Amino acid sequence: MSEIFNIQLVQTTLRTATPVVLCALGCLMSEQVGIMNIGVDGMMLMGAFFAVLGSYLFGSWVMGLALVMVVGVLLGLFYYVFSVKFKSDEFIIGVALNILAGGLTVFLLRTLFGVKGSFSGPGIVPLPTIHIPWLENVPVLGPILSGNTLLVYVSWLLVLVSWLFLYKTPLGFHLRASGEAPEALRASGRSPEKMKRLASVLCGVLATLSGAHLSLGYLTMFSENMSASRGYVAVACVIFGGSNPPRVFLAALLFGFIDALGMRLQKYIPSDVTSMAPYVVTVVMMVIVVLFRRSRLAAHAKKLG
Amino acid sequence: MSDSAPIVRFEHVTMQFPGVLANDDVSLSIRAGEVFALVGENGAGKSTLMNLLYGLLQPTLGKIYIKEQATGARYDPLRAMALGVGMVHQHFKLVPSFTVAQNIALGMEPRKHGVFYDRKRIDAEVTDLCERFGLPLNPADVVGELSIGLQQRVEILKALHRGADVLILDEPTAVLTPHETDELFEVIRRIVADKGMTVLLITHKLGEVMRLSDRVGVMRRGKLLGVLNTAETDERALAAMMVGRDVIFDEFRLGSPGVREVLAVRGLMARDDRGLPAVKGVDITVHAGEIVGVCGVEGNGQTELMECIMGMRPQTGGSVTLNGLDVSRRDPRAIRAMGVSWIPEDRLRTGLSERATVTENLLVGKQRRPEFSLFKVHYRRRNAKRYGEKLAAEFDIRSGGLDIPMGSLSGGNMQKTILAREFSFDSPVLVISQPTRGVDIGAIEFIHEKILEKRNAGCAILLVSADLDELFRLCDRLVTIYEGQITGRFDAGTIDKQQIGYYMTGGRQKGAEGA
Repeated sequence: MSEIFNIQLVQTTLRTATPVVLCALGCLMSEQVGIMNIGVDGMMLMGAFFAVLGSYLFGSWVMGLALVMVVGVLLGLFYYVFSVKFKSDEFIIGVALNILAGGLTVFLLRTLFGVKGSFSGPGIVPLPTIHIPWLENVPVLGPILSGNTLLVYVSWLLVLVSWLFLYKTPLGFHLRASGEAPEALRASGRSPEKMKRLASVLCGVLATLSGAHLSLGYLTMFSENMSASRGYVAVACVIFGGSNPPRVFLAALLFGFIDALGMRLQKYIPSDVTSMAPYVVTVVMMVIVVLFRRSRLAAHAKKLG
Repeated sequence: MSDSAPIVRFEHVTMQFPGVLANDDVSLSIRAGEVFALVGENGAGKSTLMNLLYGLLQPTLGKIYIKEQATGARYDPLRAMALGVGMVHQHFKLVPSFTVAQNIALGMEPRKHGVFYDRKRIDAEVTDLCERFGLPLNPADVVGELSIGLQQRVEILKALHRGADVLILDEPTAVLTPHETDELFEVIRRIVADKGMTVLLITHKLGEVMRLSDRVGVMRRGKLLGVLNTAETDERALAAMMVGRDVIFDEFRLGSPGVREVLAVRGLMARDDRGLPAVKGVDITVHAGEIVGVCGVEGNGQTELMECIMGMRPQTGGSVTLNGLDVSRRDPRAIRAMGVSWIPEDRLRTGLSERATVTENLLVGKQRRPEFSLFKVHYRRRNAKRYGEKLAAEFDIRSGGLDIPMGSLSGGNMQKTILAREFSFDSPVLVISQPTRGVDIGAIEFIHEKILEKRNAGCAILLVSADLDELFRLCDRLVTIYEGQITGRFDAGTIDKQQIGYYMTGGRQKGAEGA
């Protein structure tokens, strides 16, 4: 038992959850303004690629992240223009973006690096690992909270920041209002479109950053389709957590935990079965959401009489 | 009051939408401190004119002055607010999940430390505002959980909080109960008298114009026909001006109900979409040749009741019989086949298909007939077209052609389309919900005549309406419904509106449930 449930399990949980957390934070921004963004999976994949590209070209992880953010902004604008300005179907754009990302990264991998499948090498500078001196030697907490890569800490910080932003600042109110009642916002003299654009750009940046964590933090390589549908899991987490950052964070941690547990159980159970686990959990989560929502509606109705 | 300077002035304002001239050279001055009513049928251009004033639209031609300041090309709601113009829209512009205070502050929230929303300050401001205007509200309540009347109050406070001294109210009473309407009028009178506010009231209810306004402007087809002092006119004259001809306001002759019981609802029970009991043992009988009206504040089980009768909603108890035959478990198609036609309350969701053409909508329910479908597979377009044209002429459906999508017609014409379709089945039983909601006066009159025609032809008609005038005008008998139960039963002419209001809000007549 202790072979499975130990500190490493917690470490792996955090590590595998981080890309989902970042991506889900982006996706929830989009969800809050009423844009269903399932293109986050493709954004993650693009982020993973451009992080490696930037890091390799400039020999610096900072440049890797900078390039990723530029790409993120562009992808966010792309999504905004097509879904809000041209009013195309969000689902179709999302799927198109995901397919495009898959093809484009493979194509660029071949033309820029001349390799197939994956690219790794000493030229890629990974994200720094952060050791917190006074915490490092504390038993249990030390190894969990210290020694993670940069974006793990950033993701934790962003959970708090995005919650404060959405629920404690006027700008966050406007953002939420633009999704829930755009005409209310317009009547008070603010443009809901601007808020949707902001949210879409934030979504692009966060989703591509989650990819950067995959290729420069979690691993130091890019491989084809390395997002492995984590974007979709992020979408599920957003719905499970009701677009509320702390709750979405917990949902992502749950996903990470199941993923990590699955990896450890591979010794005892065929890996084909264990790698299914996160997705089975996703389905179960969605069922729970529906049941929960129904009971809450009934309870609310009872309260109203 | 009459010699005070104009606070708002429209000068030759024209608004051209693609294909529609919404406002045609309108010049109008509003005096400070008056209640000015703007009346007209749907599509007459009242709302457009007010949207121009509030900066939601830019006029094609002409100028608008507020306090003698010209509104420029970059005029928008923000500038309108700065100039003291506030607007309460017919469909509230509120964020349901936000609190009262958050809604009132939306777009101009006070901040602390430069970034954060200052809840304490705004809550205090709202409390203060509520006290000052005598409109009690709790700033921390979530707006989506408030009643419609209170939500409207939030809208009014929102405008006042922005410093409005010109308040535009767009169809403010359309969604209110009679009691809430009285309260609203009380509020309007108070803010005008005590605070010197100017109120612009858009409505098509002439009774309200007479009750509340100082002056009234009448619009028809984008033109302002004239401005009258309310005291010097009456409802009949205004109605004639609005419609462009005389409107008959007289009560219709009562029918002579037959004795044959056609539709009988007994002990009917049903749940609403949330799974809560909505209809709690309702008994209603309708005889041939009579109209029975169900009157109540919306959301007291009328919707569910009608859906049960039509087989659209499972019932949890009781029965519905047609000519003595139990149809409780039948589906809508079977019930229709037995001779029931239905005009549902929500014409867009249940009554029509917005994307289908007018002809197709007129044909629904008859599409299987051999004259329209050869061997049940081939759609006989020409026959359908001819049939559509016949019905459209008979029911005065005005559209830009019968092959255009239904959704592009006005509310009144949509309603006439449903009427044409349902009445052309020649069913002995008609189940009608809200037949004239959002429909202009001319069409209302037409629809009422058609309904009475059916009654006189011996149909049994069950009519649900939120409009008391309509019920009083059409019905032979009335029942009041409150929280899914019948609270009173009356013969037409034996009760007045004030009394019925008592039963609609929970008062109970002795032995009402039985009978």
